[in-house]
Amino acid sequence: MHLILFLAFGAVCVAGAVNLLVQRHPINSALSLVVVMGSLAAEYLLLGAEFVAAVQVIVYAGAVMVLFVFVIMLLNAGEEEPTKGSRVAMLFGIPGMLVGSLLIAWVLLQHSGNQSVAVGALPGPPKTIGWLLFHEYLLPFEATSVLVLIAIMGAVVLAASPESLGRKE
Amino acid sequence: MLSIESFVAISLIKTVIALFVLLTAVAYTVWLERKVVGHMQNRWGPTRVGPFGLLQPLADGVKFMFKEDLIPPHVYKPLYIAAPMLAVVFALTSIAVIPVGNSISIGGIQTSLQITDVNIGLLIILGVTSLGVYGVALAGWSSNSKYSLLGGLRASAQMVSYEIALGLSLVGVLILSGSFSLREIVDAQSGTYLGFIPRWNIFPQFIAFFIYLMSAYAETNRIPFDLPEAETELVAGYHTEYSAMKFAMFFMAEYANMITVACVASLLFLGGWHGPAFGPPLLQAILPVFWFALRIFGFLFVYIWIRGTLPRFRYDQLMAFGWKFLLPLAIANLVVTALIVAIQS
Repeated sequence: MHLILFLAFGAVCVAGAVNLLVQRHPINSALSLVVVMGSLAAEYLLLGAEFVAAVQVIVYAGAVMVLFVFVIMLLNAGEEEPTKGSRVAMLFGIPGMLVGSLLIAWVLLQHSGNQSVAVGALPGPPKTIGWLLFHEYLLPFEATSVLVLIAIMGAVVLAASPESLGRKE
Repeated sequence: MLSIESFVAISLIKTVIALFVLLTAVAYTVWLERKVVGHMQNRWGPTRVGPFGLLQPLADGVKFMFKEDLIPPHVYKPLYIAAPMLAVVFALTSIAVIPVGNSISIGGIQTSLQITDVNIGLLIILGVTSLGVYGVALAGWSSNSKYSLLGGLRASAQMVSYEIALGLSLVGVLILSGSFSLREIVDAQSGTYLGFIPRWNIFPQFIAFFIYLMSAYAETNRIPFDLPEAETELVAGYHTEYSAMKFAMFFMAEYANMITVACVASLLFLGGWHGPAFGPPLLQAILPVFWFALRIFGFLFVYIWIRGTLPRFRYDQLMAFGWKFLLPLAIANLVVTALIVAIQS
């Protein structure tokens, strides 16, 4: 039962990803990405990582993608039109992507052997994750938060007008 | 351990009952609102259909179903049709993890008064409600009308902003009870302080309760934060172009979200279903559910009361209030709570 569900959500995930590329309208593509995020959350849940699954939905599907959709709505972006460049990209992109994914699959299979993660085997409860984050990986965690802070400050500087930052030019 | 068939059967029965109760509650919250606001404004509210207008929701439902379902020619059809469905589905989903009382046994089968008890119940509610914004945003965009688009933009910006304060206000409660499971959070609130004050989270976490209340009003697009559908500026906001049952779906979603918010507030801050239980066993089984329903009713009444009292905020005031007041306050509350808990342990 778990395996069937896992494969089904995997299929939904891949279908959403393909649809994301095929759709011409940005809002359809963004919504396909939401579907991808949602089915990824379901996969995490099936693997036993319920906290990661919930966070995936709250952060990616519920916040990041809402902002994507918001920007698309705000700019009122229309359908994309194929140009010469996009045809060339298609001509080389699809074979390139196929070769790339084959390469990645080959490397992964070479190095991980035949062992795959059993369904429901990952340590997923919030307590375990909190312990790992704030004890074992405290330094990387804090370093990442500083990195995010720098990114936010950069965005503020880029977005703010010179007057509001107190610079007179 | 239950067999799969009986598990499916019990879950199905519980789901049907929960949905029936929720939809009835939604219909009668609308009635309650019309009645209470009516009396506050020196009017009667609905009186014609049934005693005290009690059958008015039924009449409204029939009207919505038989109205002509207009689809304007300029809309983007797939999303225009999907948006109200998304809104109502996400609004009704969160009832799945909300417990309404202790476990009961019927015919030798022990079952909890909850569709499913998961250890991340609260996170699931937050996740589902955060997806609810798609219904509103897509409705606004796909209608292809300036009022709808502005309403949808306002709604998505407002909901994403207030979600942060809302989530942070709940963390204090989580620290106190040490669990994401709604049932365990309620169980942690049993007993009393000093012998007579109930051990509800609202007392140590009253600042968090205040933040939760404010952000919940913004999340459900209710007065004083109902800018997405501000009728004086935007006709009806994101659902301007909708009619008949599709409009009713947005309406249902709004009221279902109000009830979800009331449930979460009761469970997290007001001790859930705890209250005096006495009398014969049957009464003892029912009373907790009654206490829980009473809290939800009180919360909904406050919702309506505020609607009848406060004017609407301006949009920049709304954003400043969320980001510059509620968010820092929520973070300060979180830090203080964490410090006190760390010192005590």
